[in-house]
Amino acid sequence: MNRVPLEKKVLSENDRIAGELRERFREHGVLCLNLISSPGAGKTLLLERTLESFAPGTRVAVLTGDIQTDNDARRLARSGFPVRQITTGGACHLDARMIERALTEWRLEDLDLLLIENVGNLVCPASYDLGEAAKIVVLSVAEGEDKPLKYPSIFFKSALLVLNKIDLLPYVPFRIEEARENARRVHPEMEIIEVSCTTGEGLDVWRQWLEARREAARSELREAPVC
Amino acid sequence: MHELGIANSVLEAVQTEAARHPGAVVRKVAVTVGELAGVDPESLAFSFEALTTGTEWQHLILEIQTRPRMHRCPACGLDFRVVDYQFACPECGASKTECTGGDELELAYLEMEEP
Ligand SMILES: Nc1nc2c(ncn2[C@@H]2O[C@H](COP(=O)(O)OP(=O)(O)OP(=O)(O)O)[C@@H](O)[C@H]2O)c(=O)[nH]1
Ligand SMILES: [Mg+2]
Ligand SMILES: [Zn+2]
Repeated sequence: MNRVPLEKKVLSENDRIAGELRERFREHGVLCLNLISSPGAGKTLLLERTLESFAPGTRVAVLTGDIQTDNDARRLARSGFPVRQITTGGACHLDARMIERALTEWRLEDLDLLLIENVGNLVCPASYDLGEAAKIVVLSVAEGEDKPLKYPSIFFKSALLVLNKIDLLPYVPFRIEEARENARRVHPEMEIIEVSCTTGEGLDVWRQWLEARREAARSELREAPVC
Repeated sequence: MHELGIANSVLEAVQTEAARHPGAVVRKVAVTVGELAGVDPESLAFSFEALTTGTEWQHLILEIQTRPRMHRCPACGLDFRVVDYQFACPECGASKTECTGGDELELAYLEMEEP
């Protein structure tokens, strides 16, 4: 029997396309963020709130993934910013090729922020690199403080945890300190922001986080050698 | 259930490699899955079987090698396996250690009979 070593990633084709996207984003100074959560944790509402805080002319666009329907795209399009729905037709996650295809109608020259709402699912999206600068996991307080331990992959791979729906804390038995501890057990360096997308509490901290990341992407572009 | 998609990627990789060895029969493919990869070994095995049953690949064995989360201590250089989220260095007690493994999702090797 002959043993042939392969030693390559299972998702090498996805990773190759994601690598190309990441390079294109970097060249154009586009900050790309990939938002992941279970269904209904509040990704779309967080994005709606974020878009409504931007001045007209802000160079932002949104891609939103769902298995079916373009409800989220219609909600987000009210902001007036460019929005595209990616309907996966059954797939439980977005992959890099879907992003590549969806971007063909936009010019990266016209953007400096690309927000991607992944399909509602805490498991599968974690495996697929989309070329983003960072993954963001959204967890709502109604889901239970043990979720980071049950779904470690996505908490491990995300730079930021947005704990959403804190307006519901008086009504649900959610120990927020324990949720934070669990997230940091899986990922000690994780940043954590608590928000309510309905009352707006904490959204200023989220916007500051976003601005800091955008500024970092811009300065990376300025420092890049011109050739 | 993205394990089905992953099983499919594994099979595609096997087919690509098999095409480079005309006449060879692939007996086994080994895949490495880290505990942080977000892939359930059992459902990957199940998906792979569902995918290959009734095809020319139905006798192909999928071996899944699981990998634990590994950390390295920058202070003393120790590589250690993380159990129950204990990240402190068991040797020198340093509290900040770096994750060096556990999120693998890789094709390790193929076993084939060449003609
Ligand atoms: N009370 C409360 N409700 C919220 C908050 N954020 C979102 N919701 C509600 O939660 C529900 C789901 O929000 P969405 O924004 O659609 O969630 P999503 O993560 O985009 O859902 P999918 O795209 O289906 O995965 C909606 O009814 C929102 O109004 C919050 O901070 N507090
Ligand atoms: Mg949504
Ligand atoms: Zn040490």
